[in-house]
Amino acid sequence: MQSVVVENISKKYVVKKKATEALSDISFHVDKGEIFGIIGPDGAGKTTLFRILTTLLVADAGKAAVDGFDVVKDYKQIRNRAGYMPGKFSLYQDLSVQENLEFFAAIFNTTIQENYGLIKDIYQQIEPFRTRKAGQLSGGMKQKLALSCALIHKPSVLFLDEPTTGVDAVSRKEFWEMLHRLKREGITILVSTPYMDEASLCDRVALIQKGKILSIDTPKGVTKQFRKPLWAVKANEMYRLMMDIKTDPGVESCYPFGQYHHIVFKNPGDDKKRLEEIIQKGHFTNAEINNIEPNIEDCFMALMKE
Amino acid sequence: MRTLKILLQKELRQILRDPAIIRILFIIPTIQLLVLPFAADYEIKNIDLGVVDHDHSAYSRKLVDKIVSSGYFRLKDYSASYQQGLDAIKKEKTDILLEIPPQFERSLVKEKEATLFIAANAINGVKAGLGSAYIQGIIHDYNQEVRMQWLQIPRFNSQPVIEVTSSDWYNPNMNYKVFMVPGILVMLVTMIGSTFAASNIVREKEIGTIEQINVSPIQKAQFILGKLIPFWLIALMVLTTGLIIARLVYGIVPVGHYLTIYAFASIYLLAVLGLGLLLSTYAQTQQQSMLVSFFITMIFNLMSGLYTPIESMPEWAKIIARLNPVSYFIEVMRLVMLKGSSLADIKYHIVAILGFAVFFNTWAVLNYRKRSG
Repeated sequence: MQSVVVENISKKYVVKKKATEALSDISFHVDKGEIFGIIGPDGAGKTTLFRILTTLLVADAGKAAVDGFDVVKDYKQIRNRAGYMPGKFSLYQDLSVQENLEFFAAIFNTTIQENYGLIKDIYQQIEPFRTRKAGQLSGGMKQKLALSCALIHKPSVLFLDEPTTGVDAVSRKEFWEMLHRLKREGITILVSTPYMDEASLCDRVALIQKGKILSIDTPKGVTKQFRKPLWAVKANEMYRLMMDIKTDPGVESCYPFGQYHHIVFKNPGDDKKRLEEIIQKGHFTNAEINNIEPNIEDCFMALMKE
Repeated sequence: MRTLKILLQKELRQILRDPAIIRILFIIPTIQLLVLPFAADYEIKNIDLGVVDHDHSAYSRKLVDKIVSSGYFRLKDYSASYQQGLDAIKKEKTDILLEIPPQFERSLVKEKEATLFIAANAINGVKAGLGSAYIQGIIHDYNQEVRMQWLQIPRFNSQPVIEVTSSDWYNPNMNYKVFMVPGILVMLVTMIGSTFAASNIVREKEIGTIEQINVSPIQKAQFILGKLIPFWLIALMVLTTGLIIARLVYGIVPVGHYLTIYAFASIYLLAVLGLGLLLSTYAQTQQQSMLVSFFITMIFNLMSGLYTPIESMPEWAKIIARLNPVSYFIEVMRLVMLKGSSLADIKYHIVAILGFAVFFNTWAVLNYRKRSG
């Protein structure tokens, strides 16, 4: 069964007679109990898509359904069964942790007790601070509270808009563990993130750029689309090295990636030899050349070029 | 019902937790109510008087004494010529100039007739108008005294004379405070109610919490009611504080019933808060809604009949005043406070204000959208 179906959705924003296309003709579907990642840089249209699916925004064209209910016609049904965690922390900062949770339980016509089982693992971590005002929580705790509030009415589909932005590495890891636990409860999760490394934690990902979907596949499938060999190069003068590599007409792309530069050649063949030649010519020292497996970010960079 | 209860609980918690709000809600109106009525005084006192006395007689001195002892005037200048007296007005030393001609006493006694000249600085029109009226009244009195003293008044007037005696009903001493304090109280309650209501929903828009509310199955009317009721209660509390101050500080005890005031105020506040919430649903930032609400309440207050009677406004302004909920409450306040009107007497006011309440709140509910286009 498909939890979320999106067909040819488009949305334009008109500011001072100038139309910006936030989403253009987007289609995809998400299976029940799947963690579906929407990966893309800022301004790609991720939030717009989430707002359409959570019935906050009406699309210009196309159809979308959540849990079999149309987002325009049956929006009332969706509001009962979708959980939404907006990118911006949007709980009441002047209410305590417990008051926030009670409030959101009440407006979804439920109680904390009723669905405590679902949020227990998450809520227990912030329970020692339940009398503290939400505004005084740390980033990671705020996010756990927001997730608890989004889950309190036992939604069948959970929309998480950039849940890990601005959260430390440990909290991010914990957060993804929580999502996998929720997946086991049968909850479908749509999660957007600008972090490519989180893509591999999803069941399937959609790479989105400027309102268009570049690719939809499993994380492995996405990396398999990357056919050309990928090289990681390191040397003492990294900037000059990149400049020198880029002047080679045979190089398709070269971009910095952590401590290395990632390089792809237009016509792969004797790649390693060509890189060694560049390094020798430029008199670089401590050089290192490795053939590596592409990750999602490499694929994204490649897809963006096309 | 449970949803509404939890909404109210949340709203009241947020309000009570903010110490600044409590201060703004109660301390500021209290101070205003203690200060404004003393300043917003219709009586003109301390009018600076200049005198040019060409007569220097006992009569002219007596006249000047009488004017000064009235309490409204202060003798500031005593010039030898009209030109000098006018210079004093130009230098803003005096507001009104009284010129007593030579042989004032003689002509008064011999010819039973004398003329006086009054010049007023009309830059402040109210001061000039009222000052001239006061001085004329005093001269009129003086004239009567002179007649009593010197002239044998015939038993029957040879000419028919109409003597007018007036009595001020409902406010026998013409105490302006009895008249102003209830009006100022209405103004304060209106400003507090509409400004707070106007900024409230926008605040949720600004901090983003409205997104969470909008994705929930909560009903629009419930949400608006949840916003309306807390501010309604607070505004009634401000009104109560004001009525207590009116009683303790100004000794104003309504002739009518407090319940009549509260009954009307309850409906009135629904209208004012509804207007605030309506602005709130349109505005994107608190700044926008506060400025618009400030602008509207200012017009409402100035055109409410608080300072100037609606009856003396031009026709178009009267129509605006009729479309202004504040004017109804000020009228009702004065009717109940001074005249002792009952609910039956103000039934048209109630119907009108009920109309405003339904109109603004329905509009607010309709305009509040849980999703955008």
